[in-house]
Amino acid sequence: MEDILSISQELSRGLFVTVSILIASSLLAYFMGFISGLLRLSKYTLVRKLTGFYIEVFRGTSLIVQLFWLYYAIPMLFGIPLGSNWIIGVIAIGLNYGAYLSEVVRGSVEAVDNGQTEAAIALNMSSYQKMRYIILPQAIRMMLPEFGNYTIQMLKGTALVSLISLNDILYYGNILRSSNLSQAPLIYLVILIFYFVLALPLIFLTRKAEDISKKGVAN
Amino acid sequence: MTKPIVEYKDVHKSFGDVEVLKGIDLDIFPAEKIAVIGPSGSGKTTIIRMLMTLEEPTDGDIIVDGKNLWKMEKNGKMVEADEKHLREIRGDIGMVFQHFNLFPHMTILENCMTAPIHVKGENKKEVKQRSIDMLERVGLGDKINNYPSQLSGGQKQRVAMARALVMRPKIMLFDEVTSALDPELVGEVLEVIRDIAKNDDMAMVLVTHEMDFALDVADKVLFLDDGVIAEQGSASDVIEHSENPRVQEFLSRFRG
Repeated sequence: MEDILSISQELSRGLFVTVSILIASSLLAYFMGFISGLLRLSKYTLVRKLTGFYIEVFRGTSLIVQLFWLYYAIPMLFGIPLGSNWIIGVIAIGLNYGAYLSEVVRGSVEAVDNGQTEAAIALNMSSYQKMRYIILPQAIRMMLPEFGNYTIQMLKGTALVSLISLNDILYYGNILRSSNLSQAPLIYLVILIFYFVLALPLIFLTRKAEDISKKGVAN
Repeated sequence: MTKPIVEYKDVHKSFGDVEVLKGIDLDIFPAEKIAVIGPSGSGKTTIIRMLMTLEEPTDGDIIVDGKNLWKMEKNGKMVEADEKHLREIRGDIGMVFQHFNLFPHMTILENCMTAPIHVKGENKKEVKQRSIDMLERVGLGDKINNYPSQLSGGQKQRVAMARALVMRPKIMLFDEVTSALDPELVGEVLEVIRDIAKNDDMAMVLVTHEMDFALDVADKVLFLDDGVIAEQGSASDVIEHSENPRVQEFLSRFRG
């Protein structure tokens, strides 16, 4: 019991990095998801193609390799320093999950019944007004559960930043294990519990979101 | 003689290889009530959907209040209309749909208020009062804060009419508005349309399968068959006294 407490104490030093990266990268991912999801629906082929390229590259390659690209390769190749490790972690996770979320956004917008668009036209709305007042409010309800699921995945994805020497929960766990090999099973058990407890509110919010999304949508 | 508010000039419409409308010429006069009847697949709905800018004609012109709906002048040439041009013209036109198409995330009062406020930029308080009045007129004054999902089909369709009327259109289009309703709910919707037809001075075009209703409300009836207007005239001329065998065959299916 005492061991668990002392392990928890050590791990909690990484809590701030894990949570702050989660929050910042989800905000970036939501932003990218919305922008690129809507651009995918643009009437301009070039815009659709370029956005599609971003999405497929980031969905089609592994997050950890993207992280290493941003951390090692790009600064070396182009001499562009991308900022602190924290910023690089946020960019990699945010862009990666933004690509997934953009498909959620696009899919939800397309899933709103076409009759809604026709009613908006019959009321003489502009494309913008139609999107803003009719389509998006309904599409967002449909998106909520998937946004919740991807946020939970992002929480787990943040563990990768320990590999670019960011001091998150897993990083402190690994340090602890290397100085105390016999405790490895216990250490990793406590780490699992840490992530699970962090995920609990997200799981709860996702359930709520599912309830909301069941109401008030025409499809 | 008054000028027509809408003119169709040799309008054609194809979907892929299928030509649905094969040259429609039609004048709609202010305050005129027109019923469009005919077998399904004859292109009835397409006629009014083109006027609402939901479908673009393949060929021909639709003139609204002297202005070409689907074409505009640019650098001395006639080009395809852009959204701005369409919006300038279609503001005078309203439509009620077969499947209501109410906005499910808004109360029925908000359904009525959103377009006058956001599209026309009207005063919110005034719009609210007008919307409430209109909902009372269609018999839903006690439901203004309900959501569409809480209403019956007939009630939804009455909301849809109030929503269109609040925009004060000069032309109202009705696309088989009773076809999706349970039989016992048809009456309440027709009652509201009858009231509008008798008391409002806008032009109305009704695509309908309700012959008795067409006879009662319409000044003019068009019989559409195979993409052309096969017969037109006063309601009693077409529905009661037509000698066109296609019309008789079509109507005999309703008389049973």
